[in-house]
Amino acid sequence: MAASSERSPPPFPDSEEPELLEDSDEGADAFTGTSISEMDSPSPDSTRPPKDIFNEPPEDIFSDPLSNINSEPQKKVDTKIPSPSSDEAVDLFSEPLDDDSEVMSSPEVQNPMPDLLNEPVEAPKSDVLGEPPVNNSSSSVKKAVSAELFGDDEDEEDLFKETPKVVTKKPQPSGPPVDVFTEVKSDVKVKPQVKDDPTDLFTEEALTAPAQKPPASSSSSSRTNGVHSEEQDLFSEATVELSLDSPLNDRKKKDAVKPSLSAPAASVASSSSKAPSKTLEELEEEESEDKFDLNISVTNPEKVGDGMNAYMAYKVSTQTSLTMFRSKTFTVRRRFSDFLGLYEKLSEKHSQNGYIVPPPPEKSILGMTKVKVGKEDPSSAEFVERRRAALERYLQRVVSHPSLLQDPDVREFLEKEELPRAVSTQALSGAGFLKMLNKATDAVSKMTIKMNEQDVWFDEKIQDVENEEQHMRKLHVMVESLVNHRKELSGNTAVFAKSVAMLGSSEDNTALSRALSQLAEVEDRIEQLHQEQASNDFFTFSELLADYIRLLGAVKGCFDQRMKAWQRWQDAENMLQKKREAEAKLLWANKPDKLQQAKDEIAEWEAKVTQYEREFERISATVRKEVIRFDKEKARDFKRQIVKYLESLLNSQQQLIKYWEAFLPEAKAIA
Amino acid sequence: MEVSSAEAALSVSASSIRITDVTQDGDVLTFAIASQKLNSSAGVCVFRIYEDFDWLQQSLFSQENLPGLQGIIFPPLPSKALPSQSNTQTKALKQLGFLALGQDWQSYCKALEFYLQQVAAHPTLCKCKALDSFLINSESPGKQRGRKGIFNRLSQAVEEMRKESHKDVDNFFQNERNKNTNLAALSKVATEKLLDVVMTEQKLALACGHFATSLHLCVNQDDAAAVAFSKVCLKLSDVIEAVNRNFEKVASNDLSTLGLGLDLESRYQEAEKVWECVLMIACKLIELETVKKGTEKAKASKREVMEAFQKAVEKEFNLISSVAKQEIERFHSSRVNVLKNFLIGWCELQLNTAKEFAELYSQHLEACRNMYSE
Repeated sequence: MAASSERSPPPFPDSEEPELLEDSDEGADAFTGTSISEMDSPSPDSTRPPKDIFNEPPEDIFSDPLSNINSEPQKKVDTKIPSPSSDEAVDLFSEPLDDDSEVMSSPEVQNPMPDLLNEPVEAPKSDVLGEPPVNNSSSSVKKAVSAELFGDDEDEEDLFKETPKVVTKKPQPSGPPVDVFTEVKSDVKVKPQVKDDPTDLFTEEALTAPAQKPPASSSSSSRTNGVHSEEQDLFSEATVELSLDSPLNDRKKKDAVKPSLSAPAASVASSSSKAPSKTLEELEEEESEDKFDLNISVTNPEKVGDGMNAYMAYKVSTQTSLTMFRSKTFTVRRRFSDFLGLYEKLSEKHSQNGYIVPPPPEKSILGMTKVKVGKEDPSSAEFVERRRAALERYLQRVVSHPSLLQDPDVREFLEKEELPRAVSTQALSGAGFLKMLNKATDAVSKMTIKMNEQDVWFDEKIQDVENEEQHMRKLHVMVESLVNHRKELSGNTAVFAKSVAMLGSSEDNTALSRALSQLAEVEDRIEQLHQEQASNDFFTFSELLADYIRLLGAVKGCFDQRMKAWQRWQDAENMLQKKREAEAKLLWANKPDKLQQAKDEIAEWEAKVTQYEREFERISATVRKEVIRFDKEKARDFKRQIVKYLESLLNSQQQLIKYWEAFLPEAKAIA
Repeated sequence: MEVSSAEAALSVSASSIRITDVTQDGDVLTFAIASQKLNSSAGVCVFRIYEDFDWLQQSLFSQENLPGLQGIIFPPLPSKALPSQSNTQTKALKQLGFLALGQDWQSYCKALEFYLQQVAAHPTLCKCKALDSFLINSESPGKQRGRKGIFNRLSQAVEEMRKESHKDVDNFFQNERNKNTNLAALSKVATEKLLDVVMTEQKLALACGHFATSLHLCVNQDDAAAVAFSKVCLKLSDVIEAVNRNFEKVASNDLSTLGLGLDLESRYQEAEKVWECVLMIACKLIELETVKKGTEKAKASKREVMEAFQKAVEKEFNLISSVAKQEIERFHSSRVNVLKNFLIGWCELQLNTAKEFAELYSQHLEACRNMYSE
């Protein structure tokens, strides 16, 4: 810590001079203006000269750390925690850190405030506890510092001003890990009350945090608001403001922050409450990959109602030791449309961020109608069983996705007794039709968007996924035919068994007759074996492949989302270009009145460009991570299925041996 | 025609007769038939076409000076294979059943071989000179054909006769006939069903093959995850390949043992049918004579002649009956024996195959589990 604070200052003087001047100019401007809108308006002046500010910081501060997050989240968390302590911020943080140590020893004493405070305070602590190897080590500190050095080489004030922001932003990863640790590892730290309603936490903090910062300047308060709104916004808004902020402003804010430090826990809390951030999931994935303890089974399909209004209800039982759930085992009844509803909700929330949301099994009007109409048809029983298994696999996929598991809707789906009826899932109802239209337009726009892919990895991966989907489809057809042949074989074997039995019954020679009827029995059993094997083939391979064909569709959806983000970015870039041209024209035409407006617009669009670009970077990173995860899962899944399949093969082969061994003496007994 | 001068037995051992090779020249299949001399270790190899087999069968039918010929159940000769015309699988299957399956007419050869062995092992038929010359003479036996014996015409009339449901004079033969009708139909059905099973097994094997090949297409060596997945795919491909071979083997087991056995069985039953008809005609003949005798009783002048004739007929009938009874016993025991051998062989083959593949699967399983921990 000390090392970092010593190191950080030197680089600043080197690079800051030109910008410092400008900054201070603008800062003065900014500060004379009292309202936020005015504060924003002078900013365009500064935007062009410090263009490097715009270009560099996003890369270093944001994109870089982000990629770090994705690749090595633990380190990331660490770098962020020490970072605030780099300079004056030490003051800020010396306190919370002290708190931490105290908390470690005696939490109850330390926290007069109830759960709300309790948890956030513990956040950094658990980090300290959880990751001792890298924790606070000078190397990680250095990393953090250097990242910032490159990021904001404007001036000290900027740095300081940023650090608090970093504090508010970055610890959020550190908060969630608490959950991870407490949930996964130690039951000692478990605080279910807090975790059960994170939303409450949210709102409370949203209220408390700004309340504690009134002494801060208007800009800082507006920032905190931004912090609380949404993480994307937070990223973009905060940074844009940050680079434009004046040192004066900053200094003032620093002062403001200092008093507010009396309740640093609260600010930390506010940040940690923004739980569902990417780093959290990342951590979670790392941690929970092996200790995943959540068993979901879908059982007891049951027909409810009669006629065309009938539906199948399934029992969804969950078994878990994860403390995010209220109890260890619980069971709810869900109908098929509920599963679809869950998917709708999840995909609405997550697919735009580049997550692969596992798709549920398709609605089958034909199959369901059969179930509704037919009484005890074997084909409808098969349909129900098939769907049951598909739903089970679907849910398992959802919960095995670390970020989807965190989704309140998933929890609600698993836990809540009654769900509001999902409406938008009617197969070809109005909503469905609209969705189809949307998909069609999406497809069209996809064709029209010609993305020049810079990232080779994505380029290859997209191609791979295409190929893979084709292969899977082909394989699926193969397996289907395999299964059909198997079924045919079992049918033929049954008929053969029957005719052998007839032959045996009309045979004169008693020994031969006996042998033949024995043979008929053997063939009957073999028929059973074939039938079992057919269903094994079906469930292990055919359904698996069908699932993966659907999943690959979802993967492609991710790529599309990324492409859309790219498109947004490019559009914004074009717009910005236009605005600049317009401004140049205005300059040339010497129309100062309109010039100001043009500058405003340019600033606005520049902000948007950075925002979109960042979004694109973020989504790219997410998609990349997701696809890698998907590939891993896929290989594991297939391996598991093969082992299962081989076991079944081996089993039936051993049965066969038994049958033949039993028959051989019979055949030999024929006189 | 050769005159059976002496009771010269066949000079080759029946069990050594083998069809070692078959060559296809356009429409004609030429079979290489090897056999071993009884008194020496020298082997004999001759080349025969289907027409020669046909000639042999006709010669057996039309043997002269052989009492009780009509009481003999002749081993059935498989019908003629038409390689070029019946190149479409379904046609060939319809015509030959099991015998059309198998590579390079293997099962057809087996059936012919079995026919020869049966003829050679038959106590009466093996004395026929035609068989000897068929097996030993390197030159193709006489081309004279067209001597279609009564048997061919008789076999055509079989169904007609059955319809009359003529009551046999002897209850023994009546029972036998009923049973035969039953068994013939059933064994035919069983053969067809087994054929279906084998066909499906072959189809499955084919499907497995396709599956295994397309799994190879999924191989991708781009990155670690893809490599892992490719490994899985290749492993699965191996497994499916094993399943494929398993099916192929099971199918060929079925084919070479039980299939052939059932086929033979059903053809034997058909042969028995024909034989029964012959018997029936003999019976009818006697009845006819009896009726004639009754009508011509008045004519005393002819009575003596008629009585003498009747006696002769009765004597012949008795002879035929006794031969027939022996023959049917022999037929049953040989039939049961043949079926038994086929069943045992089949069972053992299936058992071996099952064991072999159980072993193979467990190896694969082990490999897969190890792959897990990698």
